[in-house]
Amino acid sequence: MGSYLPNAEQDMREMLKETGHDSFDQLFGQIPQEVRLKELHLPEGLSEMEALAKMEDLAAKNRTFRQILRGAGAYDHYIPAIVGSVTGREEFVTAYTPYQAEISQGILQSIFEYQTMICELTGMDGANASVYDGATAAAEAAAMCRERKRQTVLVSAAANPQVIQVIRTYCFGSGAEVVLVPEKDGVTDAAALEDALDGESACFYVQQPNYYGNFEDADRLGEITHQAGAKYIMGCNPVALAIMKTPGECGADIAVGEGQPLGLPLSFGGPYLGFMAAASKMVRKLPGRIVGETTDRDGKRAFVLTLQAREQHIRREKASSNICSNEALCALAAGVYLSAMGREGLQQAANLCLSKAHYLQKALEEAGLSLKYDRPFFHEFVTVSDVPTAQILKALEEAGILGGLPLNEHEILWCATEKNTKAGMDQAAAVVKEVCKA
Amino acid sequence: MMNPEALQYSKSHEWVKFEEDGTASIGLTDYAQNALGDLVFVNLPEIGDAVEAGEAFGDVESVKAVSDVFSPVSGIVDEINEELLDAPETMNSEPYEAWLIRVKEITEKEELMDAKAYEAFCESQEE
Amino acid sequence: MKLIFERGKEGQRCSILPPCDVPEVTLKELGIPERKEKLHLPHVSENELSRHYTELGKQVHGVNHGFYPLGSCTMKYNPKVNEKAAALPGFTGVHPLQPEHTVQGCLEVLQQTEKLLCEITGMDAVTFQPAAGAHGEFTGLLLIKAWHASRGDRKRTKIIVPDSAHGTNPASAAMAGFEVVSIPSGPDGCVDLEALRQAAGDDTAGLMLTNPNTVGLFDRNILEITSIIHEAGGLAYYDGANLNAVMGIVRPGDMGFDVVHVNLHKTFSTPHGGGGPGSGPVGCKAFLADFLPGKQVRCSRGDGEKAGTEEAGTEGTRTEGAMLHFEAPSRSVGSVRSFYGNFLVVVRALTYILMLGREGIPAAARGAVLNANYMMEKLKDLYPVAYDQTCMHEFVLSLEGLKKETGVTAMDVAKALLDYGIHPPTMYFPLIVHEALMIEPTETESRETLDTVIGVFREIRETAKTDPQKLHDAPHTTYIRRPDEVQAARKPVLRYEFVEKEETV
Repeated sequence: MGSYLPNAEQDMREMLKETGHDSFDQLFGQIPQEVRLKELHLPEGLSEMEALAKMEDLAAKNRTFRQILRGAGAYDHYIPAIVGSVTGREEFVTAYTPYQAEISQGILQSIFEYQTMICELTGMDGANASVYDGATAAAEAAAMCRERKRQTVLVSAAANPQVIQVIRTYCFGSGAEVVLVPEKDGVTDAAALEDALDGESACFYVQQPNYYGNFEDADRLGEITHQAGAKYIMGCNPVALAIMKTPGECGADIAVGEGQPLGLPLSFGGPYLGFMAAASKMVRKLPGRIVGETTDRDGKRAFVLTLQAREQHIRREKASSNICSNEALCALAAGVYLSAMGREGLQQAANLCLSKAHYLQKALEEAGLSLKYDRPFFHEFVTVSDVPTAQILKALEEAGILGGLPLNEHEILWCATEKNTKAGMDQAAAVVKEVCKA
Repeated sequence: MMNPEALQYSKSHEWVKFEEDGTASIGLTDYAQNALGDLVFVNLPEIGDAVEAGEAFGDVESVKAVSDVFSPVSGIVDEINEELLDAPETMNSEPYEAWLIRVKEITEKEELMDAKAYEAFCESQEE
Repeated sequence: MKLIFERGKEGQRCSILPPCDVPEVTLKELGIPERKEKLHLPHVSENELSRHYTELGKQVHGVNHGFYPLGSCTMKYNPKVNEKAAALPGFTGVHPLQPEHTVQGCLEVLQQTEKLLCEITGMDAVTFQPAAGAHGEFTGLLLIKAWHASRGDRKRTKIIVPDSAHGTNPASAAMAGFEVVSIPSGPDGCVDLEALRQAAGDDTAGLMLTNPNTVGLFDRNILEITSIIHEAGGLAYYDGANLNAVMGIVRPGDMGFDVVHVNLHKTFSTPHGGGGPGSGPVGCKAFLADFLPGKQVRCSRGDGEKAGTEEAGTEGTRTEGAMLHFEAPSRSVGSVRSFYGNFLVVVRALTYILMLGREGIPAAARGAVLNANYMMEKLKDLYPVAYDQTCMHEFVLSLEGLKKETGVTAMDVAKALLDYGIHPPTMYFPLIVHEALMIEPTETESRETLDTVIGVFREIRETAKTDPQKLHDAPHTTYIRRPDEVQAARKPVLRYEFVEKEETV
């Protein structure tokens, strides 16, 4: 059996004696006999070598694709080597939340730097140290906007369905009503938003670019939302933020998003990173940990967890969120990623995504898949065809390519990033062409 | 610090000043600010909100704690002291200047103490 | 230390991406508004970047640096093999929306871990969607809410929480739309049965409880407690924060609990990462399984469904050629996170459980309880224990007397420990103990380490008598010393301001 207990049998017996007990049974004497477990039905323990072999076997049962043309909330970006090298450092991996500032300046400073970068990306005034993922960030943002007289949460139907579902689930908890604002031609229906807003609307959430990859008219949606006195939340792709108009510039009150594209592997869905930033008026409503700058006893610059009186460990049932653990190590990864990329690098990544997705779209069009929405898109787009999606995707899979996500029998949501080469996309288009021809 | 004679005091350590126009200003006493330590933020109600005697209308935050602030009177919030949002330290340095809210249309008030009775009350709390 | 923004200069960069090999497209030609505000990101060479984080790493104390007895956080050693398993490309390179037949290994990870956790907790089903303990609490409470609602029982609006509970308990209950009823602890730190009976009624949705509780004691009335709640028509929620003390010894399911969350980042050795990612899987009894969020792994041929007489987690739980697939529970509360939770954390926990196995799981609990009692025994003459009896995996000291006698506070002692390279215990929690220090040594510390730390605590106690000022001034050797938290909260500075930013505005 594997074990990480350092003490030898003899030591344990002596220690037991020193605590005044004859046996472990007696040491656990507080636990009534009638509830104690008679037998634990687990397999026998393994050595490290055996355990790793088992995990390797499991990993080998998965198929990984060199060419991924699927996004829909998880994106295959290139991760600079330095990211893993930093996030693999034991001191960052094995530390707890930086409650003791004196011996946690490294983590606190890295979070302060991350907060700054998120503010820069979003054009907002203050960011928190992260939440679980983009979907919970959206749900937490909606909760920040609720006021006594404004309880309804409006969500664009063109947002990622998983985000919508998480917002709904959080609202099932809090009792807030969720109203879906329909989409029209692949973007949020602005007229429908105008109709849906009223004096009880707390906020409106829009995704930019949206689930179908299309750019929303974020300025206009923001104006409409604010006219009704509701708060405006934008959920953004962080890579696109390098080049597109920021939530800050669009007048958003809160900006959130899925930080996975910033240096985190796909990993079957997690751990990911939810980023949240707010305009100054709402910064104190942000959930979770926030790092602030101050000085120490000797006047030296120092970083601490701050505005803690918002949080659950102090405010208990009156706290606006229960979040405690966050995704600190993922935030560190994002900080290293953004530092390695720099402004030029991130803008380059964004422009590569944009260019490659358009190349892929044209190649697929020639292969027989037409573009569903005639609108500007970022790195995702939807195609329609008479050929069943299952046939197309199966052929791609056989060629070692993970095709787009099937939305229904005839529509596919595709994605391209800087990792997709011209040659790879040409190959994919050729496979699709074969299927469509047949 | 002396508790001003012109004010009245609650058992939950708020002071009230009844103005001539029928409104009342409410703040935290010196005893309260001392017990709470360095205050870093205050959450205030909105103008037009109703407050109830004996009920919390807001709270004050120190670094590691949060405490409700109770209204000694029932009425409608007429004004809030927004300066405190930028300078919460005045609640510590000048507790009897740092009013939190002004209440109008007062319909009810708690049993309140004068300065002398309040000092005695605070002393009894120390024990 | 310089901030990353204060290093390097404009023009310095890393070489990461290749030039574009397809016709370039710009936002401008698409007619999409571009960002006008200049984007400030670091401009550093890779060498500079690497050194920056190496320097930051020097200002961090991890489990790898030394003793970390942070009560209620279970800072045990994080085995390296876990990291190796989680870094396998067969796990990291998998897209969460791949076809099911291409992710059978991932599904098996979830299925196996579910079975193992069911056996350890005494539950019938587990969801891995919750990303942390508090997230698990919220999820579990949603199950409770949905269950009452499904029975048309809408008057159950209250959740009972002992006053010794972690802050997340009442906060989670509030988020799930419940009213919190706080009940006082008895003189022994356990649930006051009389108070519980009075609080429980036909408006009770449930009770949240940590057992062993936050003062480190196992509540021996547990069967009576859960039956009081059940008789009142409520459900019992087990906060698994302290499961490390009892895993393999006693199971929440056998104590009468209906829902439980476990913290993989505490009990099952996955690292805390400076505050996350964690993972807070939620287990429940069969009658609640239909309400679970997200998707459950099922075997396509019915024969793999139940472990039957076989041990959980052994091979043979699925027959050759059978396919695993996802299925959404029929009356699911929805989703509390995207996809399937913090999957790589689950990979680590599975590796750990497979290694410890049948004997290792209870052995770890025994080691944790032994280490805690050993330390308590050797400290209690100088530092009074809040509840002086055999403890479980952690114990709480009250420094109220020390403070009266010498003016030295729990904070001072904590800060003094820093000078010895020891992470302080949890301070000022639970709230029901004054000047509390909550110590959880965990099972992965050796007797020699414990003896050294005990020596340090005793030395500090002596210093409190002879030179209290030294402790008020502590720490003396750290990179910074007692930062001004009041200033940080009064005038929050939450980001770096770039100088040229003002010029562009």
